[in-house]
Amino acid sequence: MSEAPDLPLWAALLVSFFIVVGALVTLIGSIGLWRLPDFYARLHAPSLGATLGTGSILIGSMICFSVLQSRPLVHEVLIALFVTITTPVTLMLLARASVYRDRIEGNPGPPEQDPEPTEL
Amino acid sequence: MTALKRVLPYPLLFLALLAMWLLLMQSLSPGQILLGTIVAFGGCWLMVALDPPPTGLRRPVAAMRLAGRVFVDVFRSNVAVGSIILGSDERRTHAGFMSLRLDLTNRYGLAILAIVMTCTPGTQWVHYDPASRVLMLHVLDLVDEKQWARIIKQRYESLLMEIFE
Repeated sequence: MSEAPDLPLWAALLVSFFIVVGALVTLIGSIGLWRLPDFYARLHAPSLGATLGTGSILIGSMICFSVLQSRPLVHEVLIALFVTITTPVTLMLLARASVYRDRIEGNPGPPEQDPEPTEL
Repeated sequence: MTALKRVLPYPLLFLALLAMWLLLMQSLSPGQILLGTIVAFGGCWLMVALDPPPTGLRRPVAAMRLAGRVFVDVFRSNVAVGSIILGSDERRTHAGFMSLRLDLTNRYGLAILAIVMTCTPGTQWVHYDPASRVLMLHVLDLVDEKQWARIIKQRYESLLMEIFE
């Protein structure tokens, strides 16, 4: 990035902090895909990258380009919005398809019948 | 009012789409405003074809409170799931399914609850049966079903019902 040297020190530190945190959270989510024991548990791992991971990187990007162009830039918010409303569609489809198949094939994992509703 | 409704069936959606277009294009030039207006207009008439049940933002304060709660909970559950992933093997054996009877029936409310459940790591919306109003979900750290039921019903469902019903 040719503009990077123009970033003042405080902004550079702040931007690096958010980007490194976002990358670490996404990495932990990816490690989760490998360490979690079964398909249903693994469904929880990618949402780390889709929420806090994406969020931190976008905050870093907003700070970086707002400082560079000396005006607030917020269109990254749209990325967060689209990621937030589209990931659940995929994850719900995957979960339901998997429950359906496991029940038909009699695999261990989902219960045969829906568990009794928990009452408060 | 009716004349405006006939030309522009969803004025708020129109403004939102126009704002989205201008933000994406990073410009306020007349050409982009014209293009954005055309896109927003097309989007509004697509909505007419879909014919969604009516809704309205009646309780903006409650909606803001919900957004704040979700923001805090997403952060917290990211930390919780991260520590489960990096922690000892034993911590990864508590995952399981549970069911919950919901009082919320509004479709928009349920859609938002589904997004919240899925976006918070640690809970995954699996299946909702509108006839029995029972939601089945998968929880990564299922030690106490009652505690999860309490979180979902008291933190989210009560606010969603206030907003939509």
